[in-house]
Amino acid sequence: MRYGVTGSVPLTRGSILIDDVVKIYDPDGAAVMAVDHCTLDIGAGEICMIVGPSGCGKTTLLNAIAGFHEITSGRILLDGEVLCSAEKPKAEPGPDRIVVFQNGALFPWKTNLENAVFGPVMQGKLSRKDAVHKGRAMMADAGLAGVEHNYPGEVSSGMRRRVEIVRALMNDPRVLLLDEPYRALDSLTKSVMHEALLEIYYKNKVTIFFITHDLEEAIFLGHKVAIMTTRPCKPKKVLTVDIPHPRDYSVLTSRRFRELIEETSDAVHEEALKAFQAGEKEG
Amino acid sequence: MTRAKNILLGRSIVRGIFSIVVFLILWEVGSRSRQWLGADVFAPVREALGAMGFKKNYLPWIGAVPAPTEVLKAWVVVIASVGYWQSWYLSILRVMSGFIAAMIVGIPFGLALAVSRTAYGIGFPTFEMLRPIPPLAWVPASIIFWPTQELSIAFVTFLGAFYTVVINVLGGARSIDVRYYQSAQAMGSSSWDIFRRIILPGTLPSIVVGSAVGMGITWEVVVAAEMISGGGGQGGGGLGFFIWNSYVGGSYEQIVVGMISIGIAGFVSSELLRSLGKYVTPWLRMR
Repeated sequence: MRYGVTGSVPLTRGSILIDDVVKIYDPDGAAVMAVDHCTLDIGAGEICMIVGPSGCGKTTLLNAIAGFHEITSGRILLDGEVLCSAEKPKAEPGPDRIVVFQNGALFPWKTNLENAVFGPVMQGKLSRKDAVHKGRAMMADAGLAGVEHNYPGEVSSGMRRRVEIVRALMNDPRVLLLDEPYRALDSLTKSVMHEALLEIYYKNKVTIFFITHDLEEAIFLGHKVAIMTTRPCKPKKVLTVDIPHPRDYSVLTSRRFRELIEETSDAVHEEALKAFQAGEKEG
Repeated sequence: MTRAKNILLGRSIVRGIFSIVVFLILWEVGSRSRQWLGADVFAPVREALGAMGFKKNYLPWIGAVPAPTEVLKAWVVVIASVGYWQSWYLSILRVMSGFIAAMIVGIPFGLALAVSRTAYGIGFPTFEMLRPIPPLAWVPASIIFWPTQELSIAFVTFLGAFYTVVINVLGGARSIDVRYYQSAQAMGSSSWDIFRRIILPGTLPSIVVGSAVGMGITWEVVVAAEMISGGGGQGGGGLGFFIWNSYVGGSYEQIVVGMISIGIAGFVSSELLRSLGKYVTPWLRMR
C-alpha cells in the first residue's frame, strides 16, 4: 500500500447526494424526460463511475451538479449543503466542482502552464508567482514537465487531458466531474491515462464523478459503479467494486475483475439495446 | 521531416517561377507577333463566328496589349518621376486611413453586437440593411456628404473594410465554444475576465481573417473611387487615377504599370497583415 488509500475512504469533504432528481427538457412543449427520480449517494473521496449508453442523460446529471443546467425537481447536496433544488433549480458554478469535458476545454490561446494557473489566479487564491510555482510542480508530477510553454494544440491528446486534469485540481476542488474524458483517445493511450488518473487521484484525494460508457474502464477505476437506465436516466444497478486501491493494470486480468464484469455486463447490454431500439424508432 | 519539407518547398518555388516565366513569354510573343501564341490559331474560331453571323473581330486582341518588355521600359521612365510615387503615397494613405478607421469602429461594434442582446437588437438590423449596398454605390453620396473629396474617398474605402470586419468579429465571437465560458465561470471569472480572457482571444483569429479580407476589398474600392473622382484640384491622384490618366493620355504601357503597381501594393499589405496576424495568434502556428 504505497499511498495508504483503500476502498474505504478517509476524506471528509466532497460527498454528493443526488436526491430524487428529475429533469424534464422543454416541460411546456415536447416534455422530454432526461432524468427520472434519480437517487445516488457518493461518499467523500470516492471514485463513482456512471455507466450508461450514449444520450441516456448522464451528462444532464453532471451539468446539474456543475451548475450549467437547471433541474426540474429533487435536490443535489454537496457536503450536506443544497446546491440546487426545486426552489433554486440551477446551482451556482464554482471552483469546488470542476468539469473535465469530453473533448477538452483547455483555452487554446493560453499555454499549458497559463491554463493550469488560470483558476487560482482568477479566484485570487494564489499570487501569480505562487500559482506558477504550484502549477509547474503539479505538471511535473503528472509527467508534463517540458510542455509548460507549449500551447495545448502542440501536444498529444493524452497530454492535453492530463493538463486539463491538472488545471482542474489547481482549483483544489471537492469534486472532479469527468464527462467521458477518454472517449476520443485510442485504447493504448487510454490505458496509460487510466493509470495516470489513478496516480493523480492518490496524490490529490478528491471525489470523482466519472461518466463513461465503457464498463471495463468503470470497474477498473471506480469504488462504485452506477449503471444507468437509458433515457430517462436513473440508476439501474449500483455496484461496489471490492478490489482494493491502489490498483494497476494487473487488475484487468484478475479473477475478481472478470467476475464483476460478468455480473454487470448483462445490465449494461440490456440498456444499450433499449437505447439502440429507441434510436431506431426516432430515426 | 524538415528536409522533405525543404525539398517540397524548393519544388514549389521552381514551379512558381516556371509558371510566371511561361506566362511572360506567352504575353511577349503574343503582343509582338500581334497574334495569340505567335500564330493565328484562333482563325477557325473567327471563321465559325463569322459563319454564325457575328462580326469576326468579336475576340479579344492581344496585339493591343503592350509587351512586358515595353511595360518594363515605361516603368523605368516612370520610376524617376515624382508623380508616380505621389500616386503610391496617396493611395496608401487612403487605404490605410479607411482600413484603420474600419478596424477602430468595426471591432468594438462587432464585439458589442456579439456580447449584448440589446446592442444586437438595436444595431444589427440597420447594419444588415446597409450591408448589401456596394461601397462604390456610395461614391456620389459620399462626395456630397463629406466636405473634401479626400475624406469622401477615405470614407468609401472605410465602408469596404467595415462590413467584412464586423461580420467576421461577430461570427468569431459567436462561435466560441460554450465550454470555454463554462470552465472560466466555474474557475471564478467575472464577466469582465470572461470578456478579456475568453471572448477577445477567442475572436482574434476571426479579426485577423476579417482584416485580411477587408484589406483586399479596400484596395479594390480605392482604385475605383480614384478613377471616378478624377484628378486635379484637391483629392485627386492615386494609383487608380494614374491608370485612368494613362488611358486617357493613350499611354497603354503606363496602364499596365499602374495595374502591376496596385497588385504589388495589395500583395505587400496582405502579406504584412498575415505576418502580423501570425504574431498575435501564436497558438495557431503549430508544430
